[in-house]
Amino acid sequence: MANPRQEQRSEPWKEQGATPYVRIDKVTKKFGDFVAVDDVTLNIYKGEIFCLLGGSGCGKTTLLRMMAGFEAPTAGSIWLDGVDITAMPPYERPVNMMFQSYALFPHMTVQKNVAFGLHQDKLPRSEIDARVAEMLKLVRMEQFAKRAPHQLSGGQRQRVALARSLVKRPKLLLLDEPLAALDKKLREHTQFELINIQETLGVTFVVVTHDQEEAMTLATRIGVMNHGEIVQVGTPTDIYEYPSTRFVADFIGSVNMFEGRLIEDEPDYVRVESADLGGVFHVGHGVSAAPNATVWVALRPEKIHISRERPDGEGDNRVAGVVSEIAYLGDQSVYLVKLGSGRQVRVTQPNTVRQSVGGRISWDESVWLSWDSSSPVVVTQ
Amino acid sequence: MAVLGFLEPGGGHAVSRNGSDMRVSSPFVLAELMAWIKALGPYRWASNRLRGWGVTGRTAVTSVPYLWLLLFFFVPFLIVFKISVSDIRLGMPPYEPLITWASSQVMEFKVNLGNYAFLWQDALYRNAYANSIVTAAFSTILCLLIGYPMAYGIARSRPSWRNLLLLLVMLPFWTSFLLRVYAWIGILKNNGLINNLLMSLGVIDEPIVMLQTNFAVYLGIVYSYLPFMVLPLYTAIEKLDLTLLEAAADLGCRPTKAFFKITLPLTKGGIIAGSMLVFIPAVGEFVIPALLGGPGSLMIGRVLWEEFFNNRSWPIASAVAIAMLVLLVFPIWILQRVQGREMGAHR
Amino acid sequence: MNQRRSFFVLTMMAFGFAFLYIPILSLIVYSFNESRLVTVWGGFSTKWYVELLSNEPIKQAAWLSFRIATMNATGATILGTLAGLALARFGRFRSRSLLAGLTTAPLVMPEVITGLSMLLLFVAMEQLFGWPEGRGITTITIAHITFSMAYVTVVVQSRLATLDESLEEAALDLGARPAKVFFLITLPIIMPAILAGWLLAFTLSWDDLVITSFVNGPGSSTLPVLIFSKVRLGVSPDINALATVLVLIVAVGIVTAGILMQRQQARRERDVQQAIAGNQ
Repeated sequence: MANPRQEQRSEPWKEQGATPYVRIDKVTKKFGDFVAVDDVTLNIYKGEIFCLLGGSGCGKTTLLRMMAGFEAPTAGSIWLDGVDITAMPPYERPVNMMFQSYALFPHMTVQKNVAFGLHQDKLPRSEIDARVAEMLKLVRMEQFAKRAPHQLSGGQRQRVALARSLVKRPKLLLLDEPLAALDKKLREHTQFELINIQETLGVTFVVVTHDQEEAMTLATRIGVMNHGEIVQVGTPTDIYEYPSTRFVADFIGSVNMFEGRLIEDEPDYVRVESADLGGVFHVGHGVSAAPNATVWVALRPEKIHISRERPDGEGDNRVAGVVSEIAYLGDQSVYLVKLGSGRQVRVTQPNTVRQSVGGRISWDESVWLSWDSSSPVVVTQ
Repeated sequence: MAVLGFLEPGGGHAVSRNGSDMRVSSPFVLAELMAWIKALGPYRWASNRLRGWGVTGRTAVTSVPYLWLLLFFFVPFLIVFKISVSDIRLGMPPYEPLITWASSQVMEFKVNLGNYAFLWQDALYRNAYANSIVTAAFSTILCLLIGYPMAYGIARSRPSWRNLLLLLVMLPFWTSFLLRVYAWIGILKNNGLINNLLMSLGVIDEPIVMLQTNFAVYLGIVYSYLPFMVLPLYTAIEKLDLTLLEAAADLGCRPTKAFFKITLPLTKGGIIAGSMLVFIPAVGEFVIPALLGGPGSLMIGRVLWEEFFNNRSWPIASAVAIAMLVLLVFPIWILQRVQGREMGAHR
Repeated sequence: MNQRRSFFVLTMMAFGFAFLYIPILSLIVYSFNESRLVTVWGGFSTKWYVELLSNEPIKQAAWLSFRIATMNATGATILGTLAGLALARFGRFRSRSLLAGLTTAPLVMPEVITGLSMLLLFVAMEQLFGWPEGRGITTITIAHITFSMAYVTVVVQSRLATLDESLEEAALDLGARPAKVFFLITLPIIMPAILAGWLLAFTLSWDDLVITSFVNGPGSSTLPVLIFSKVRLGVSPDINALATVLVLIVAVGIVTAGILMQRQQARRERDVQQAIAGNQ
């Protein structure tokens, strides 16, 4: 699932003095009394694939539509390449959108569909033909040029929609749940295709999705949204390993969340006492919070080690429990372990060998859970 | 300079700049023409000014049908009302003006409510109104009783059959209304189809009098308006989620009961729409009572016609019309609400 | 579960369809009746059809009705499409409920009321402006357009309501201005509905008696007016012949349309199946 290209991608947001390509400046959208988008400020850099991730009703689609020009912000402004496009109608913006339903014109062939946008720009015929051919080749649909949309399968339609939205070389491409309608195998395949195409053309993408796997695979950066607000912006690694709030930690992947009290607060480590855990977390990073404050510790299931023997070392970062449920998923096993405090902890272990020494851990066995001090994350909100 | 490319549905071929092929589709030409006009200076100036007053391209789209309907549909009602309160007179037009000069400085404004009083007092009119409403209501119910099973049957038939059946329901509607009512004359006459058949079979000795009766009028209305009842019902029944009925059966509900508790309430919108589409025009029907009805089944549409054409009494005819409108305001309002909900559900 | 229909429903359907068609069939059968007493059978004959061919008043009335119906259908389609577009796509604009009411009221308004009111309007206008002069083709056409545009509006509005708005948004997004979007995208796609609306308006005008009677003038007798004056006096065999001819024309038209639609539908389904089967 990991994106093999991530380490090769540039990270413009880290450069000093880099100017954002797309600036969303304090944008709010209200429908009557309902606030769909609440004072959002975002900077998106050229060449990024930026994913807006959130559940339904979080405002991500509304934000996308405002970037496209189909909704007007109630407050705030949107800038693209230094130009204020807030009041521009969609047909004047150098922005194109790929719709969730693909929206291919049913009464036109694939060729005509892709050429439509170029016709609006009044380009000469020969150039239109050349660019359409080039784009169809890029999405591998050249032999379907004369087909009508209803003669294509879902995946083929999606590629035509992509070609149509890219042929005008927009400064910004907006994608609304681009992979939602595809089945799983096709989705994985298309994810990588999308990334390749984006890197070939260098277009800036903004993708809206509710599927975290999709976001993690595609994005250079993810913006997690909830109730109309941006909750956290960061690379997939940042979001997953360093969630800033409980919501983000819980939304991405699965997590064990423990409430606790900050008992030691040093620059390079903190210790959190948790009744939930029935023990103490020793966390290897600093935290800005008041002493004795209530905090939460997020611990991912795959980072917990499960064993029959008590681990060596001092008392932090370990706890005893009893296995209450096991789910065997083939590539990994999921254990639900009940602690002395009554709390259930989710632990996943990859099944790296066929038979572990002494047989697999089974139901109702007493086990020890332990983890490295770099694994938990303290979250203050 | 616009390139002569074109967008024709389902494929076509290119038009080169030399114009070696002259096939251009008309919607595209129209669009190009509009674009060219819009680029002209005076147009831009005018549209910017208008935009300042809140008038946009959309306003043009709405205002054309709007103004037409205001002038030709709405204003006439005001005129009818005005005439209904004026006096009759000989000559053209056959009504007194409301405002006259009694002398060089005094304007006289006469409103004659006597026309309405006359309607109220004369039994003929009261009976005609009552009869119209009763007849229309009764016919509507009959139409519903016949139309609902039909609509249900069509909605539940195999999809390949459905379009054909709907077409068969609509086909009579596309043939002449007048001629179909006329056909019933031939069937109901004393020596018409039914009587001839029954007499030749020896079932009866004397012909049954069916024409010029209330029965014939009911028959005529149900017959003519059946498609108006079937279509909204069909739409409503077809939209019904079948899994709801499956769930009911799964929970132990018998089919008949499920029909009354689930299907019927959920198709309420179609029932109301269909009923109003039959009831409202049926109240004011003229042709059917004129051809099939007798003196005993006087309906208000016929009264209006006769006041106007036979008695040449425009003010009375107008009063009849306004009174009819008042009666129908409530059903019309119901229909608007149901239709609004149906349309709203789509958005 | 419930694709089976009960015996009751099937019987009612059979009865309903028989009820709808027996009168039409009787018209046809009796048009071949030798006897002038239409319903008393006197032998098979086609003489009434021959008479029909040489009946000048009927032919002229039919031609007049045809011209009026065509003008009406075109005018009503244009106006009705504009209204349907506004109601379906323009959201909540200021005068929306009034426009909605104005466009649907003619659907149910009893014709005697519409007819009377329009005549009175024309008389008043003639007095004030001198136009329209007298009643005739112009007034009939205007009256017909007024009530038949309501039907076109309903047809177009409901078609647009089911049309995916993202198609039009995609066109805007690709650089086409709203007017262009309408002509290049919306119009071609809803063209079948617009044609249906045109045909509907044509039929309504062709067949209209009551409103025409109110607003017509001397010398402009349309076909329904002519037929009505004849049938008030009783049945008449040449009317049967005329009815049969009209029914035949309509039936052929509808059956042809039905077959064409069926073919197109089948072709589409085949295409979709192929696409799914041969996909990648």
